[in-house]
Amino acid sequence: MSVKYTKDHEWVKVDGDTATVGITAYAAEQLGDVVFVELPEVGKSFDQGDEMAVVESVKAASEVYAPVSGEVVAVNDGLEGEPQKVNESPDADGWFVKLKLSDTSQLDGLMDETAYQAHIS
Amino acid sequence: MPVTGPETMTDTLRTPLYELHTALGAKMTPFAGYDMPLQYDGIMAEHNHTRAAAGLFDVSHMGQAHYIGDEAALEKLITADLSALAPGEQKYTLLLNEQGGIRDDLMVSRPFGDDGLFLVVNAATKADDFAHIAKNTAGKGELRVIEDRALIALQGPQAADVFSALVPDAARLVFMQCGVFTLDGTEIWVSRSGYTGEDGFEISIPADRAEAIARLILADARVKPIGLGARDSLRLEAGLCLYGHDMNEDTTPVEAVLMWAVAKPRRDRLDFPGAKRVMQMFADKPARKRVGFTMAGAPAREGAEIVKDGQSIGIVTSGGFGPSVGGPVGMAYIDLDHASPGTEIEILLRGKARPAQVTKMPFVEQRYYRGE
Repeated sequence: MSVKYTKDHEWVKVDGDTATVGITAYAAEQLGDVVFVELPEVGKSFDQGDEMAVVESVKAASEVYAPVSGEVVAVNDGLEGEPQKVNESPDADGWFVKLKLSDTSQLDGLMDETAYQAHIS
Repeated sequence: MPVTGPETMTDTLRTPLYELHTALGAKMTPFAGYDMPLQYDGIMAEHNHTRAAAGLFDVSHMGQAHYIGDEAALEKLITADLSALAPGEQKYTLLLNEQGGIRDDLMVSRPFGDDGLFLVVNAATKADDFAHIAKNTAGKGELRVIEDRALIALQGPQAADVFSALVPDAARLVFMQCGVFTLDGTEIWVSRSGYTGEDGFEISIPADRAEAIARLILADARVKPIGLGARDSLRLEAGLCLYGHDMNEDTTPVEAVLMWAVAKPRRDRLDFPGAKRVMQMFADKPARKRVGFTMAGAPAREGAEIVKDGQSIGIVTSGGFGPSVGGPVGMAYIDLDHASPGTEIEILLRGKARPAQVTKMPFVEQRYYRGE
């Protein structure tokens, strides 16, 4: 399973034709305490770069963009009661959505871990 | 998601506690021309610590001044009854324009016995305020703007225990009293007040002693440094207005629900700026007024539109998550017909109408110390 990153600090874990999407630890740290996450409905489709979710911290609202095109096949319902999971476990329990990829070639345009670390440093 | 990285500050001012903020690992942010601490440990943790124990805030960006001379000349510009302000007392008051719009809100106090008044005004408005006061009192009074003192606030249920260990005499102050005290050999000006809804003190200190005294207070394990992020969520939960957001030059004290700051003799004499218009509006009821609201889910932020049955009925002026409330809270200006507590309203968030409810403020109990 490979992990890819966007310059806007989303991560994408790919398993076959499904991608799990979340925000990076760096982004979660910059946001501060997350108090609410607005997730899309299952079945909704997004084009790469579309606004897909909104994460609210104590101080501000930030958009989360679809890192790749696809259809939402699952959302992390656990964030409804425990939005702080985004801060506590941004790259695992704090995942946002699972997308069924419509164009796997888009993954080639994303960063790998090394490139992302360079991007934020 | 877009992330704003640390900004490079150019031409921003620093308070006398800048080095301390940096040493304590604060995340800094530009505010009212100053490079100020946004947070240290995180807004939520700092907010909760202040409500549970004690928090220390740097508010040195605010404007401090000493006014000496004809107090009637100063009184004409504000809404307080200065003749009723005894030595050792402090009042919250409003600086109004000729239309009765709010130029600023400020604290006026008499900590120096008979030697004039101490003013504390907002950072963003201080240059305008002081110019306005100096111009309108010229030849009658003297406004000495104080540039060489820091201002800190110690707030929270344990603030009194912490502070009285350092300044035993200060324990005699009750809410909205003030005086001159000595801490570590330094003259400090103290009032028992603040901007969090908690008991606490605001302390004016010579700039060159500010860091040493701040460190002395922080040496008490009950005290943590608190940034502007938590300052905002604390004051919002306490129902306290933020100037430039919850009121401005286009807002009267009637609309802002701040008539309690317009002293009765001043109302009777109609001698504050814009008095005729303000008192007429007070009698007739304003078209809109400031209210609190609560909601579930995502917090409505400043600028969000309020609707009811498809009609626009108001606008959010402050909004965010209230850590002590455990949900979104905010202030808004709403048409009077929909301004009663309990009224169901809708707030447009990203194009979708979200249910909210007009709610009585403060959202958390104010815990000022008013004496045994």
